[in-house]
Amino acid sequence: MGNFLLRRLLSGVVLVFTISLLAFTLLYANSENIARRILGQNATAELVDRKTEELGLNRSLPQQYIEWLTNALQGEFGKSWFTGEQVTTGVTSRFGVTLSIVLGATIVAAVVGTLLGVVAATRGGRTDSTVQVFSVLGFAIPGFLVALALVLLFSIRLGWFKATGYIPITTSFTGWLTSVTLPITALALATIAVVAQQVRGSVVDGLGRDYVRTLRSRGLSERRVITKHVLRNAGGPALAVLAVQFIGLLGGAVIVEQIFAIPGLGQLAVSATVKADIPMVMGLVVATAVLVVIVNLVIDIAQASLNPKVRLS
Amino acid sequence: MTEFTVTPPPIPAAGRQSLLRRLLRKPVALVSIGFLAVVAVVAVVGRAVSPHDPYTSSLDLVLAPPGAEHPLGGDSAGRDVLSRLLTGTQISIGAALLALAVALVLGVAGGLLAGYYGGVFDTVSSWLTSLVMALPAIIVLLAARAALGPSIWVSMTIFGVLMSPAFHRLVYASVSAVRHELYVDAARVAGLSDLRIIGRHVLWVVRAPIIIQSAIVMGIAIAVQAGLEFLGIGDLAVPSWGSMLNDGFAQIYSTPILMLWPALVIALTSMALVLVANTARDELERVSPRRGRRRRAAEWSAPQVSEPAAIVHADAGDRPEDVLLHVRDLVVGYDQDDGGIKEVVRGVSLDIRRGEVHGLIGESGSGKTQTAFSVLGLLPAGGRVLAGSIDFGGVELVGASERVHAAVRGRRIAYVPQEPMSNLDPSFTIGSQLVEPMRVVAGLSKKEARARALDLLARVGIPDPQRTFSSYPHQVSGGMAQRALIAGAVSCDPELLIADEATTALDVTVQAEVLDLLRDLQEERGMALLLVTHNFGVVADLCDRVSVMQSGRIVETGPVETIFSAPQHEYTRALHAAILDDSTPRGALSPREVSAP
Repeated sequence: MGNFLLRRLLSGVVLVFTISLLAFTLLYANSENIARRILGQNATAELVDRKTEELGLNRSLPQQYIEWLTNALQGEFGKSWFTGEQVTTGVTSRFGVTLSIVLGATIVAAVVGTLLGVVAATRGGRTDSTVQVFSVLGFAIPGFLVALALVLLFSIRLGWFKATGYIPITTSFTGWLTSVTLPITALALATIAVVAQQVRGSVVDGLGRDYVRTLRSRGLSERRVITKHVLRNAGGPALAVLAVQFIGLLGGAVIVEQIFAIPGLGQLAVSATVKADIPMVMGLVVATAVLVVIVNLVIDIAQASLNPKVRLS
Repeated sequence: MTEFTVTPPPIPAAGRQSLLRRLLRKPVALVSIGFLAVVAVVAVVGRAVSPHDPYTSSLDLVLAPPGAEHPLGGDSAGRDVLSRLLTGTQISIGAALLALAVALVLGVAGGLLAGYYGGVFDTVSSWLTSLVMALPAIIVLLAARAALGPSIWVSMTIFGVLMSPAFHRLVYASVSAVRHELYVDAARVAGLSDLRIIGRHVLWVVRAPIIIQSAIVMGIAIAVQAGLEFLGIGDLAVPSWGSMLNDGFAQIYSTPILMLWPALVIALTSMALVLVANTARDELERVSPRRGRRRRAAEWSAPQVSEPAAIVHADAGDRPEDVLLHVRDLVVGYDQDDGGIKEVVRGVSLDIRRGEVHGLIGESGSGKTQTAFSVLGLLPAGGRVLAGSIDFGGVELVGASERVHAAVRGRRIAYVPQEPMSNLDPSFTIGSQLVEPMRVVAGLSKKEARARALDLLARVGIPDPQRTFSSYPHQVSGGMAQRALIAGAVSCDPELLIADEATTALDVTVQAEVLDLLRDLQEERGMALLLVTHNFGVVADLCDRVSVMQSGRIVETGPVETIFSAPQHEYTRALHAAILDDSTPRGALSPREVSAP
């Protein structure tokens, strides 16, 4: 088990390293282009040269990368070319906001999706068909359209929630809750659909298993067999789905943050992208990759704790 | 904007033509395909049929309401919304098609190479796949936008690369599956080139799943492209669904209707694509729409012709109060998809006396196991008792509530299954699976239950009870697992133990030991034992009484000696003859000498 996690950790480190190399090559390859983008199309060649030198872009790409990597390993990701803000502060100050929404959506999706999946599998009939239809729709309609519909309906028409304005969880929990309810709902919907579908399948499969019949034959109640045994065995595949979904939610958050004016990584990413604030973009890419690796590790640990075959190997 | 788990759709049985035709017969698919056809036509001719120039602004038209000249009004820059929508369709669909084409080419080629040649291709491509899947697509696209500028075509090419694993996995799975098929070997021996084999035998097989996957990828591409444009990082002058949505969002307080049109086409197109894909997948899997487990049960009426009665050999000293389980005229059936009922047990009557070992013998499919499951109230989904009665110690079990059944199960009737490994929950230790029912059903404390479980494990002949107690099912042998299951079955002191082919899955040497164990436990505890088996040797060795089953009916029942010395029914004789043929030639046989194999 320790070995297994160590291997996963190592492959995660290699992954982050590779991504940083690829991203760096992509972002820094055309230095003249970068300077021109900053200065505008009308800048003279002389100005462009001076800017290129100022930013250290006149050196060879490997040289620049090694310098970036050396600094990055010490937690130093440079400054924004436009605001002068430290990349590290810029990213970390917005990280928590995005994480709170994405984790919130993940938890909501896991809980609601599991409930729906179990109900659909055990009730069958009309309940099942309803959940199936919902799953297809939730899967098919892009999340940001759902977000737009929610804003129009609940914020602008009904005025139940404020359309914009994020309240940090540290300021007020209930305030945070009302400010993230709509974003989390919009984000979670598609994941709920996917999780419900997965759990439904696992539970239907689990209920037909031989050991479930044997457990019933021992006099255990239906509820106990489902909550303790069937769900436990459905947990592994559901977690694997959730790991993939988490990455999707992270991407979805970029758009949803824009709609609800939430000051998270997504907003930072969009503004940095439009301005071609390369150091900031680089920092964001690395931060996202690290987050994904960490989440995958957590899911691996959870998988192992559910599955004795993994745990004991 | 959401990553999707990609499960390879099934390999189709029928060709694409017939699939399309089958789809057109489904209303949902028909409407979806119709809508997509309209979108496709607009994508081709949209620019040409636009009533106005989609790029020209007019001050009069800024946020103009719908009117005769401009049916959908004007946007924030005073451009005709309808014209932008029509022209935008071309760009949005074109961009999504580009992403699809890139994903298809890379994914299919990579999947074919990795699947067909394996080795280095395999390693490299699986590593690349995990790399591509490691970041949210939108983050990669934002980074690419920062480096390469706002071109939608560049973004969609990159997105195509990011979506290629969807096809890669699909093709890879199919290719690895057929690579070692005999017909592929035959084609190779016949001297066909790899290229022809791949084209003819591999690609042909996965074409339908690829088409389905394409619909899904196309839907995602449309959503992602619209999302990017919506974020305002594309070229906003160019009309596309996403940029129109962006414009509408900026006017959300004053003219929210501007968002309606692009949002509607995006949502409907995505939905239509997913619905077509889903329906096609269902068609390929040939799953009829699930009617659910609680659909209305089909009517069953008792057959008019009465079945021939079983031959009953009475034995002396038979008293009715000795009977523990009293089954009368039991009929069990399964609902069929066509609305009919398939009867698997047809009027079984069976008496099991307290403390007796009763053999229920017959070939597979004769209804023995279904009879046993009916007694336990554990018939698989779709099966139900249609008629008859099951009286267990004065409690009627047919039609009884789940609570009545649960109260009888474990405590009074217990069950030992056929296949030991699949009957233990792989996620829990053997010990916890023994302890749980004793605590819940018999109400023992944790400590008592644990002590009793260890005693039981020792009793059923497990050499190191402590170790087996804390082992997981995959860590013990089949024989050990079966002993643990027997320990679990007797843990709450049942009056009747039903052993369903309890030794069939075990090694021959272990079979005899497990049978001995069952008999010893039965004698020790004075419990009744219903031994379901297809093996006459087992019956002869262990049983007091035997019932012979054939095609859902009991044809002959009586004391084991009578059945062996004077079988009346021809089926019993046939079974009997079969066992004689199997055994080594000896002198005169008495039934007790026929031992378990």
